Amino acid sequence: MRTELNVNGEIHVVDVEPRKTLVDCLREDLRLVGAHTGCEHGVCGACTVIVDGTPVRSCLMFAVQAEGSEIVTIEGVAPAPGELSILQDAFCETHGMQCGFCTPGMILAAHALLRDNQEPTREDIVEAISGNICRCTGYDQIVEAIALAARRMRGRNMPDRVPA
Amino acid sequence: MKPAAFDYIRAESAAHASSLLLEDENGRIIAGGQTLVPMLAMRLARPSRLIDVARIQELSYIRDESERISIGATTRQVLVEKSALIHEKLPLLHKAIEWVGHPPTRARGTVGGSLANSDPAAEIALVAATLGATLRYVDETGENSVEAEDYFIGPMITALPQSACLVGADFPKWNDRFVGTGFEEVNARSSDFAFVSAASQVGFDESGKCTRAVLGIGGLGDFPFRVDVDAVKDRIGDEAALREAIAAAIEDVEPLSDLHATAEYRRRVAITLASRSILNAVREARELAHAN
Amino acid sequence: MSVAKGKFRYISSDRRVLEDRRFVVGKGNYVADIVRPNMKHVAVVFSPHPAARIVSVDSTEALKMQGVHYVLTGEELAAATLPMPNGMPTPEVKRYPLAVGQARYVGEWVVAVVADSRALAEDAAEKVRIEYEPLPFVVDGKEAFKKESPPVHPAHGSNILLDKTFVWGDVEGDFAASPHKLAFSQKWGRSSTVPIETFGVIAEWDAWREVLDVWASIQMPKYADQIATAMQLPMNAVRVHQDVDVGGSYGVKRGIKQTVLVSYLSKKLNVPVRLIEDRLDNMRGGDAHGPERNFDVEIAFDSNGIIRSMKMDALDNVGAYAGRSPFQLGKPIGAIVGPYKIKSVQYRAMAVTSNKTVQEAVRAFGQSPTNYTIERALDEVAWALNLDRLEVRRRNFIQPHEFPYLIPSGTTYDSGNYPGLVDKVVKHADLDALYAERDRLRAEGQLAGIGVASCLEPSGGNSAFEPLLNRQNKTTTWMDSCRIAVDALGTVTATMHTTSAGQGHETLVATVVGEALEIDPEKIRISRAHTLDVMPSNSPVGSRMAIMLGGAAFHAANKLKRKMMTIAAHDLGVPVEELVWDEGNITSKKNPDQKRSWNDIVLIAHRHYYRMPEDMEPGLTAQHVMQVPNGGQLPTDDDRIQMYPCFSFEFHIVLMSIDPDIGKPVFRRYVIGHDCGTVINPKIVHGMTIGGIAHGIGAALLEEFAYDDEGQLLTQSFMDYLLPSAHEVPKIETVHQVTPSPLTVFGQKGSGESGYLGAPAAISGAINDALRPLGIKMNSLPLKITKLGDAIAEARAKSGKEMKQ
Repeated sequence: MRTELNVNGEIHVVDVEPRKTLVDCLREDLRLVGAHTGCEHGVCGACTVIVDGTPVRSCLMFAVQAEGSEIVTIEGVAPAPGELSILQDAFCETHGMQCGFCTPGMILAAHALLRDNQEPTREDIVEAISGNICRCTGYDQIVEAIALAARRMRGRNMPDRVPA
Repeated sequence: MKPAAFDYIRAESAAHASSLLLEDENGRIIAGGQTLVPMLAMRLARPSRLIDVARIQELSYIRDESERISIGATTRQVLVEKSALIHEKLPLLHKAIEWVGHPPTRARGTVGGSLANSDPAAEIALVAATLGATLRYVDETGENSVEAEDYFIGPMITALPQSACLVGADFPKWNDRFVGTGFEEVNARSSDFAFVSAASQVGFDESGKCTRAVLGIGGLGDFPFRVDVDAVKDRIGDEAALREAIAAAIEDVEPLSDLHATAEYRRRVAITLASRSILNAVREARELAHAN
Repeated sequence: MSVAKGKFRYISSDRRVLEDRRFVVGKGNYVADIVRPNMKHVAVVFSPHPAARIVSVDSTEALKMQGVHYVLTGEELAAATLPMPNGMPTPEVKRYPLAVGQARYVGEWVVAVVADSRALAEDAAEKVRIEYEPLPFVVDGKEAFKKESPPVHPAHGSNILLDKTFVWGDVEGDFAASPHKLAFSQKWGRSSTVPIETFGVIAEWDAWREVLDVWASIQMPKYADQIATAMQLPMNAVRVHQDVDVGGSYGVKRGIKQTVLVSYLSKKLNVPVRLIEDRLDNMRGGDAHGPERNFDVEIAFDSNGIIRSMKMDALDNVGAYAGRSPFQLGKPIGAIVGPYKIKSVQYRAMAVTSNKTVQEAVRAFGQSPTNYTIERALDEVAWALNLDRLEVRRRNFIQPHEFPYLIPSGTTYDSGNYPGLVDKVVKHADLDALYAERDRLRAEGQLAGIGVASCLEPSGGNSAFEPLLNRQNKTTTWMDSCRIAVDALGTVTATMHTTSAGQGHETLVATVVGEALEIDPEKIRISRAHTLDVMPSNSPVGSRMAIMLGGAAFHAANKLKRKMMTIAAHDLGVPVEELVWDEGNITSKKNPDQKRSWNDIVLIAHRHYYRMPEDMEPGLTAQHVMQVPNGGQLPTDDDRIQMYPCFSFEFHIVLMSIDPDIGKPVFRRYVIGHDCGTVINPKIVHGMTIGGIAHGIGAALLEEFAYDDEGQLLTQSFMDYLLPSAHEVPKIETVHQVTPSPLTVFGQKGSGESGYLGAPAAISGAINDALRPLGIKMNSLPLKITKLGDAIAEARAKSGKEMKQ
């Protein structure tokens, strides 16, 4: 089925079976492999991408359903090659990851939080990432990274590019 | 874990969706897909065709209609969560919605999807059963409606006709002087389905007298159901009386039993949660009265 | 050789982790990200029966489908490959990637289908018709141990893979002389590490070069060896690419069966073949479950709570095939008395097959279940004597001045200061206030309890348990390696020889090399060699890489440094002893004008051969292969062995409450004290420790591969097998102590398993403390809500009845 997808501001035309999930389409057809598949049934959150401004599971959505939506993947977050966003840099500063498999999903979930909430409490952060399972870190340094990014974003004198 | 092949079509309206269902009984409506897609992925559901209603704009709304709050079937759960109108006029749903999944599933999941899916432990379904919502649908005969008490009939089974497309749910608004609500749930992790859950709403008049009280219990039996607590209305703050009334009311329910919770657990905890939800609702109503 | 402690330039400083930059932008290189030209995909058909004879396989319909290339049966594969290695001397317990003749557990892979896409392969898998004849089965470990239980491998004759009793010291004498004895039983439930990335592998056979390329999400010692052996290929025909990022492992990513399967298919079909397990494949048939262990324990102690002797029976239900799992009963022998001075121990280690999914190595390789039981013993002694549980631990602790300390089973602990860390944690947590808070919660009607656990993390792993449990196996070499090269333009590249699954090994190597050479670690490139360009490694298992890879990198760097100093000495015409090294520049102590810069030496080594010392090789490379400190000996005839060399220590205090009407345990406070010697990177150690606790919370409260009486696995998806989310892991406070190891170059010990070693013990202790007023104890993990809730209700009903009587 011919489907037009708006991903990271670019229009891509793909021909996919209706049964192909958005994450499989991103990974296989567009070769955007930053969204990962951990469970393919909507629990782990490793496939989180931003669709029309909100983080969603791209394994619980078919590519054909995404036509007409604006999709942002982790590949659309860094401002320039070699340059990290404030949030990405904060994840590096606190080492908010180990194996990195859940990290893109975590960062996108956190981006959405920080767009809506400039001063998140620990509870806000925990709730925002509660749909993203990390098996390595026990979440502490992830929560710390998001809190650090929020502080830095509040203190910045330049607007940070937040997807969608 | 890839779904079996299916066709896909975007419905332009509820009537269109219904006509598509009518022409192919193996077709299935998809809205948010947060429950359906995992079933497709595991090939536990194998529809011939997915009829996507998510983009039907006229089915996404939250409206204040004097006697009721009307919510369109494709309204995303996140919109309910963030709605000031729901917070003010339908506080029980406001309380329940944060128990539904977690932010990314609420971003896609819809109110109608949850009601159509009818999981015994689903929170929105419990609120609908508790408050006695009216569910509206369109089928080949036009627009029809069914009351919640007749709608939920089994685990993942509703009274919705085969060719029906749910279009909305109307939740009665309470205009009692003071309204309190309570929502209680036990689950293994906060984003999981409830082992058992309870929702309550109580009304008080100016004099501090309980005018009415409703209670619903989810996760216990095959579907969420309402428990008659009107008899203890005059002793609504009396925990022992409440527990006794609730225990009697659910005596004939055969509780679900699974890996997560035994039948004994569900029955025992249902009584506790139910009485706590009422007591919390009562406390909230009285606090409101005090504040005035 | 080691460096002076406490004067580090980069070691122990709070530096960023080099690997993180690629992960935050989604540029990791995971196996599922790799695409090979014309690659085909595999789906498997699994057994729905716990035990059944495979009567027939009909793949006619599947093969008719367009885009479907092959349907592989167990018979065909077994005829062409050798069985996978079986560590135990049980030759009749044969294991192949696909079931041969008989399926032995629900989920076992029976047939593999190859197609153009995974979806198509799944479509075809549905069309394969397999006829089964169900056979008797057994799922419970204690049942499987009985003679009359149906044997999972009839040719082996019984389900017993291992039943060996060790006696270290005068156990009977100590028991006879002790005024007090007690006994208890408990069970560690079947859970695992369950990484978010499943196992995946791509194999690509090149018939012209005769090379099998393998990309895999692997964490396994001797992976290439095992592929070559099973495939009957020369080992230099197997090239495993180790620059694949592994999306979590914590022990279990050992997909040898998956790899043999796709290797065979690639060779057979002459195309690259990929198998990425989906979550269901992984949970039921990925052969990655963890220990499931019944303990029966007797303790002999005196009136002061001093434990004199312990008898421990441990029975592990390892599932349908042996694999490495029986050895998870062997590793704990190296810390069988925990941090305590228990004089004698009797240990009966039993491993049985059953009709359940196969086990794999899980974080700590069996030590965490054993720690859970040792700590329970300490609690029981305290309760029996009405003593404080912490006081009993203090009385039994090995004291700081007693190191190195030889335990009865023959292992010497390197160093430790257990009371010191306990004091720090008690002070940080304000234990008296914590008890007051517990009592306040109790007064409110909650069940509330405090748990303490003081546990060891044996680290620097080797395989000493193998020759101990299987005398036919004489392997004691267990090395790791590093190679460093300074190129012609003076930049440094260090090569490591294994994969990583988030442990930050690139950062480890860069930090150590930077420390040794006094150059900025961020300027060092870390390369991961494939296995045709590789030095020996035994991969990141047994909490060993800080010690082993760190040690290898340090020694290689020092060799390089020595070479550069020798070149400088020759070029300057002064004795090498006269020179000092300062950030890569070399200067004479006597005459500071006599010096050579880093770049001077690079130039000489790479371009000016006439300035080189005689007989020295040109270029600047150095390498080191390191053997485990203290390792390398076979066990003694009386079954004593030096297991791992270094012993990290952790002490947990946790306050929990339970609403008695609900049964859901809630964390109120969690403090851990942690001592892994010198910390190389604090961010990494912190993350591993907290992550280990989170994993321990899962094992203690949420996670279980549960089976019903029909042998069906009930928890195959993430809807039923519950991993802790951010809501379930409380804020954890950490207290640090550094007790360096005398055996390692910086005094470092392992920390890859930290947190997990003690969290289940502490949580179980807290819950049992909370339940004490009801007179009940929980004797198994996980402590699921319904189990707790029903037990509490029963106890209350009983005490209510008793009161009425």
